[in-house]
Amino acid sequence: MSQVVDAPVPVEVEFRPAPPLDMSRAVKLGLSGGVAMVLVCAIGMVATFQPRMLIDPILPMGTFFLYMLAFIFGWMAGQPPATLEGFEPAKAGGRNLQAGALAGLLGGLCVGLLLIAMTTWDLRGVFINLSPELVEILTFGLPVAAAIPVIAAISAVAGALGSAIHLLPNRLRRALLPALLWVLVFSLFTDIFGQLFAGLRMEFLIDLLYTGRGGALTIVGAVIVFAVFFALYWWMGGRENTLRQRVKAIPKDKRSRWQIGAALIILVVLYFLPKIMGPFVSQILVTAGIYLLMALGLNIVVGYAGLLDLGYVAFFAVGAYTTAILTSPQSPMFTPQISVLASIPFVMIAAAVAGILVATPVIRMRGDYLAIVTLGFGEIARILLNSEWLAPIFGGAQGITNIPDLKIGPLIFSTPQDYFYPVFLFVLIAAYVTYAVQNSRWGRAWMAMREDESVAEAMGVNIVTAKLSAFVVGAMLASFGGTLFAAQIGSVFPHTFDIVVSITVLVIIIVGGMGSVPGVVLGAIVLIVLPNLLREFSEYQFLFYGVLLIVMMLKRPEGFIPSKRRAQELHSEELSQDAWLEIYGEKGLPEQVPEGGMA
Amino acid sequence: MTEAATVDARPVRRAARITPIGILLWAFRIAALAIILYGSYLSISSGRLSASQWRDLFVFGISTGSVYALIALGYTMVYGVLRFINFAHGEVFMVGAMMAFYVANALALTPLWASSPVVSLLIVLVAAMATSTSVAVIVERIAYRPLRGAPRLIPLITSIGASFTIQYIVRGLVGPSTKAFPRMVHLRGTTEILGIVILKSQLVVIVAALVMMAALYLFVEKTRTGKSMRAVAEDPETAALMGIDVDKTIVKVFAIGGAMAGVAGALWGLVFPSLNFFSGFLPGIKAFTSAVLGGIGNIVGAMIGGVSIGIFESVGPSLVLAGYEIPAFSQLKDVVAYAALVLVLIFRPTGILGERLAQDRT
Repeated sequence: MSQVVDAPVPVEVEFRPAPPLDMSRAVKLGLSGGVAMVLVCAIGMVATFQPRMLIDPILPMGTFFLYMLAFIFGWMAGQPPATLEGFEPAKAGGRNLQAGALAGLLGGLCVGLLLIAMTTWDLRGVFINLSPELVEILTFGLPVAAAIPVIAAISAVAGALGSAIHLLPNRLRRALLPALLWVLVFSLFTDIFGQLFAGLRMEFLIDLLYTGRGGALTIVGAVIVFAVFFALYWWMGGRENTLRQRVKAIPKDKRSRWQIGAALIILVVLYFLPKIMGPFVSQILVTAGIYLLMALGLNIVVGYAGLLDLGYVAFFAVGAYTTAILTSPQSPMFTPQISVLASIPFVMIAAAVAGILVATPVIRMRGDYLAIVTLGFGEIARILLNSEWLAPIFGGAQGITNIPDLKIGPLIFSTPQDYFYPVFLFVLIAAYVTYAVQNSRWGRAWMAMREDESVAEAMGVNIVTAKLSAFVVGAMLASFGGTLFAAQIGSVFPHTFDIVVSITVLVIIIVGGMGSVPGVVLGAIVLIVLPNLLREFSEYQFLFYGVLLIVMMLKRPEGFIPSKRRAQELHSEELSQDAWLEIYGEKGLPEQVPEGGMA
Repeated sequence: MTEAATVDARPVRRAARITPIGILLWAFRIAALAIILYGSYLSISSGRLSASQWRDLFVFGISTGSVYALIALGYTMVYGVLRFINFAHGEVFMVGAMMAFYVANALALTPLWASSPVVSLLIVLVAAMATSTSVAVIVERIAYRPLRGAPRLIPLITSIGASFTIQYIVRGLVGPSTKAFPRMVHLRGTTEILGIVILKSQLVVIVAALVMMAALYLFVEKTRTGKSMRAVAEDPETAALMGIDVDKTIVKVFAIGGAMAGVAGALWGLVFPSLNFFSGFLPGIKAFTSAVLGGIGNIVGAMIGGVSIGIFESVGPSLVLAGYEIPAFSQLKDVVAYAALVLVLIFRPTGILGERLAQDRT
């Protein structure tokens, strides 16, 4: 019996009260946090970061980083559990604070144990970073017995503060957290802000906020930054329409005009960016741009076509070495000495050949075997470039030097500031290719292949051409990166083309979001620009990448700015099962339409 | 109507099998084989190495190969159960080797090292096994268990992350310098077995690896736990329905794989005395090749594959590359290993003994 229902009739559902917060989870998290805190001490992060002042003179970066972990684990411990079906949503309260404080306390006690161990035995024979300086940092100069309660108390407070986030009303939280984050950004990237304010002729801001150019943020500066951003976010939180909604409200015919305007503004900003930021930052931007170029290429191979290529750096090497051999007078065997610009067609041909060479043997291969074989190819390429055997062609370990600068007509590119523009141009081309190809016949064939190779083949997708074309397009984009790299650095050495480059590019697209161009751009900024700006950080860059890979895969496999299709694919199962609870848990149960016979 | 159709279908299918790609791959196969055979012919006919030198290379290959085989067991068991390449397994091995180095270093200062080498070696082995096992289990708990049922590339990417994380944590903990494993007086020099002169350290490695592998084989084939592992590898869902705790079994698989990698780490120090935080990567790749060559998911296959890769790697450069008079061919040792990897995966992804895993899993 069917009946037409005009308006949904809410069904009375009785909710049971939510179960209280699980304290054993807080204990587990506290101990994990303790292990993490001990590890960051033992691998030397705290001592390396310590000389850098975040807020002069009260907050050194090492101490901050250590207790930040207690804060994060406290935040995790205080998190109210997901609402279960038939239960009321849990409300955060004092118990959450206790859980956070407990987690923080346990973390602090673990650090205390480390302190006792360090002062009782000499562990430096094995753990080289457990130095007397570390003891000094951890104890704040106090005797160990007095320091441990202090450490535990600070950790507990940090943990409690972390869990207190869950207690704040929404509007306050949405103003407070970004404001604190901006304070952190202003204190971490002092070079950038110093350069920016100087470039904009606003030196008075440097005097206002910092102890000097390139110096640390002062207390007054921190308060000012916090106040400004807090006020801004508070005001924005009070407005009913967000920016995005207002853009949507603009009628369609006018919207394109706005978009062109926004694009123009961005272009103008990008034009002046290297001029304002100086050579140091420009160099970082150029490096990031080259990585971005590779990432856009790998995005096609992995993100669109689903072929996990772990030897991607080989194509980068093909571009760099082709340019080097064709342009440098130092090239060992063959010295045509053409210009860098004239080498680009040859680079494209070489990259296409390399792409086909790699792709042909792996045509019948899938998934993880393909990943390992491409890794093998990448390593073979590096070893061959490095070998004595092929040194008459590639120069062996000495590489090829004296690569001329890029010249286009009367323009000569020599400084990092100059190189920003060609790199940016190539990135634009790559982004355009990525967009253009997305909904083309090729793009659809790739995505079909990614979803299921057998089904795609049965539906008439030619797997051979699809795989070959994905590899060739990816190889070409990476080889452009190689050309720019060779021309900018002026020399190529085999050890540059290490597997870590492949992994870095992979991390970029995974963090940003596979298959999504804005995601890849964000990934390159976060993973290349930030670690290079924080010089203290460079030693721990790859540790950071590794941890980030794990965390992203566990918590957000689709990346920060996911492509819609990819996210749906990854969450299809969840959507049909568990996530149902998460989606409706916050809003309450969906309004059920009573059906005949069911009620 | 059906009769005619089925009769016609056969020649059509046969004709469709000859694809351009198929021809290309066959050409590639034949070329690779020709290169290897001609190179071997050249170098053997040149008589550059004497018979005893060839034999030494073989013995060296067998001893490194048995270390690869021990590592390969971890890859193959995990792949058998979870169907993903545990990229971090090479790092589990490296951590075991690191532990072995520090314990051996500490023991070398005591009289025990000189007076009772067997006891001190056992201590080193146990310490390495314990460390590797715990690292393997922790990695499983943090990085892989939450990902059951995720698309297959996701745990692979996580394991790459885990590999980097372990490498750089170890680098931070003990520093980037290369460590030299202490020498054992009792393992210096050579001994003779069945008329073959062999380095004592290599003999110890081969014997220890054989003992461990035999023990593992008996464990997996004869015990209840081993049976549950095989059941989970065959079909996790059915195994769960039969009352097997799949998660616990998977932890045990990781623990055993880790223990074997720990043994390999300790033995590695006896053959190659230098070690740093990156030392796990290459042996890991080679061990993975061994696992695939033997037939992934197959324990006996891993042993055969490991020894074969060890021999390829030690004999290959002198046999094939030297034949073409390539200068400094020992630099290309790893190329031989990678080429073996690529060729095995392209031409025999099911491995020597791996008929059980069909094409759909490769």
